[in-house]
Amino acid sequence: MARLTINGKSHEVDVDPTTPLLWVIREQVGLTGTKYGCGVAQCGACTVHVNGLPMRSCQMPVSAVGDAKITTIEGLASGKVLHKVQKAWIDHDVPQCGYCQSGMIMAVAALLKAKPKPTDADIDASITNICRCGTFQQVRAAIHAAAKAA
Amino acid sequence: MTAMPKFTRRSFLISSAAVGGGLALGLRLPPFGPAVVRAADGSPEITVWVVIRPDNTTVIRVVRAEMGQGTITGLAQLVAEELECNWNRVVIEYPTPGQSVARKRAWGEFSTGGSRGIRQSHEYVRKGGAAARMMLVQAAANEWKVPASECTASNSVITHKASKRSTTYGKVAEAAARLDQPKDVPLKDPKTWKVAGKPLKRLDTAKKVNGTMMYGSDLKLPGMLNAAIKDCPVFGGKVKSFDTAQVSSMRGVKKVVQVGDTAVAVIADTWWQAKTALDALQIVWDEGENAKVSSAGIAEELKAGLDAQQAFVGNQAGDAKGALAGAAKKIEAVYAYPFQNHACMEPMNATARYTPDRCEVWGPTQNGEGAFAAALAASGLPADKVDVHNTMLGGGFGRRGSYPNDYVSQAVLIAKQMPGTPVKMIWSREEDMAHGRYHPVMQCKLVGGLDASGNLAGLHMRLSGQSILAAVRPEVVQAQKGRDPLTFQGVADAGEHSFGYTVPNLLIDHAMRNTSVPPGFWRGVNINQNAVFIECFMDELAEAAGQDAVEFRRKLMAKHPRNLGVLNAVAEGIGWDKPAPKGVYRGVAQMKAFDSFVAAACEISVKDGNKVKVHRIVAATDPGYAVNPAQIERQVAGSFVYGLSALFFQECTVKDGRIEQTNFHQYNSMRIAQMPKVETILMPAGGTVWGGIGEPTICVAAPAVLNAFYRATGKRIRSVPLKNHGIELV
Repeated sequence: MARLTINGKSHEVDVDPTTPLLWVIREQVGLTGTKYGCGVAQCGACTVHVNGLPMRSCQMPVSAVGDAKITTIEGLASGKVLHKVQKAWIDHDVPQCGYCQSGMIMAVAALLKAKPKPTDADIDASITNICRCGTFQQVRAAIHAAAKAA
Repeated sequence: MTAMPKFTRRSFLISSAAVGGGLALGLRLPPFGPAVVRAADGSPEITVWVVIRPDNTTVIRVVRAEMGQGTITGLAQLVAEELECNWNRVVIEYPTPGQSVARKRAWGEFSTGGSRGIRQSHEYVRKGGAAARMMLVQAAANEWKVPASECTASNSVITHKASKRSTTYGKVAEAAARLDQPKDVPLKDPKTWKVAGKPLKRLDTAKKVNGTMMYGSDLKLPGMLNAAIKDCPVFGGKVKSFDTAQVSSMRGVKKVVQVGDTAVAVIADTWWQAKTALDALQIVWDEGENAKVSSAGIAEELKAGLDAQQAFVGNQAGDAKGALAGAAKKIEAVYAYPFQNHACMEPMNATARYTPDRCEVWGPTQNGEGAFAAALAASGLPADKVDVHNTMLGGGFGRRGSYPNDYVSQAVLIAKQMPGTPVKMIWSREEDMAHGRYHPVMQCKLVGGLDASGNLAGLHMRLSGQSILAAVRPEVVQAQKGRDPLTFQGVADAGEHSFGYTVPNLLIDHAMRNTSVPPGFWRGVNINQNAVFIECFMDELAEAAGQDAVEFRRKLMAKHPRNLGVLNAVAEGIGWDKPAPKGVYRGVAQMKAFDSFVAAACEISVKDGNKVKVHRIVAATDPGYAVNPAQIERQVAGSFVYGLSALFFQECTVKDGRIEQTNFHQYNSMRIAQMPKVETILMPAGGTVWGGIGEPTICVAAPAVLNAFYRATGKRIRSVPLKNHGIELV
């Protein structure tokens, strides 16, 4: 039995302690915005925030979470007010298929927290998510727009 | 052409009862007029494409699949343009294949491949919108007892100016639904479009930024179980045995089942439990003959085909062999293109619930009717007891268009062994890599002959390799006496993939060499390798002739003005006539594909002889008509991510009959740091034929960069991917 704090809510989950956080979020907690893409921390579709830091949840066993605070894409907005990254994503019509975008948005939100005005080089160094549709041109423009939105 | 599918509403009453409980119900309202067909919420259907709700919301039906390419938005724009409805109150609804079949395929083709979503349904969906507008206006005119010709419609409001009366679509929808559909439905001149042709925002973005968009793998149904599956890693191999006892006591495991002859699945409470148990399960395979197949062996077979006597002709003019024999200068080169996996971000999946009376499937498919066919065959039930509900697709790129959908068959075969219980089957990434429908493997020998003045006098392009159609549509190949016409995409003698050059003596032929590795339609399909072959060789020929690469092409393009148009546009855009900045090198490529004309020019630099930076790409597209320029720009830019990932990183190799690459660490995909700046030139020239957008541009990405790489390094790379040559993308 593990107790997890996800998006400000406490959840008791009864799972094998080796179960990746990704699958606990999706299957026990029922939040499916966080996606499975590779299971080996390559693609970043499963990115969530663990105590504010971006983490590829497919490679984090639930036993390692402890009392850390988890934020998923569903918890990024403050109530009905979208996070500035989500807003920029809508303004720039970023997603194509959209499957990787939860992870992309979570990675970008964490980047902006660490570096409120990232340069292109900062973006290149920290956003390593795979997007097969190839939305990168819009992703970059939207990151800069979100940074300006402050 | 009468594009509106015909069906009598009376007959629909019977068939809808047979389907039962679906989206539309027939309701005969005597004594006047045809029966009203109703959406699930009771709102009247005006035409099969348009439902108007009482609150004035317009429901637009779409049966082509949305996989990111923006087709639902584009198709809705076309309907809305003719319908004159309020764009801000448009919602999308997917009819199911079962409903369509019950209504004599009222919605036409569901298949969303070959960049066909918009280009092959634009006319009938526009007519569906226009006819609905005419009926709504007529209903208002009838109510006011004025001629319909005196009424106008705009923004879902109908106005009779003379009497200063107005009403809304929502108010007259019931009456409009009782009218007969008009037979003569004129369409607007695209030059007058206000909604179509505009860079409108997509209709599906909001749910994609907050995690609420429902993809197939996100599906939840009451009492649902989850399944993980492993198919024999050797293509064509079978299950010999497996020891259920090993895993049946593992946590959450409900059942271990064989799926057809070739696969084993574990069904458990959660997918992670199912996958964990499946990984622990020992399965003994009967690997069969194909276990001997290797990449090296396949390459040998293809190599032999390059000089084989027998080959299928795809394009021919004059006497190529004679011209080559008499040429002043002869140039020869051999190119190769590998197997590649689509690697959609969302691995294959489907959910099925089976009872002896009904089989329902939910899942992401590019071809609702392909999924339906799979569900019919796997369930063994008749069409009126089967249906398929499409979800959002986490990428498609052709993989989810397999006919019938292989993964849907599996899901149904699993669910059949748990009657009454919905089971969601998701492939692991490893399973997805092992069981793709791979980009066909191909080699190509090109021989070109120049005359004394450096003109291209003769060209022989010999393809040797795999046929997609021989594997997936053998009847088409049989009808062509063994030839696969699709092999010649981009270099064909006519049609949507016709060759963009006139060569006086030309022979393009194909020695078919099929393999045990199942081929499929991989975004762009056969234009990908054909563009690499012909567009790189054009540069080789130009160099041998001592001519500029663009100028050399232009001389062969007098009869191909639209190919020339896009080539000139990118040459101008990249500044071909001016020197490149120091250390920067350029390359171009052009092709006609899926009835669109595309070209790319790129600027790259190369460090240490092998680290390639692609700085800038100018891409031109002439699709005839542009329904949403903003989405086209995104498709074009994205095409370079897909195409350059394939060029630099992607190859599926075969060892002991199975694919060696298991995940993205061995099958890389471009990241944002490697993304060049893409400038899109959209130059629709009109005409009677509409071109596609999703695929054509992919094919010019690789040859443009390969041609630039040669200029930068003097090294002509003739096989993909570049990682095999120690070349990196930075």
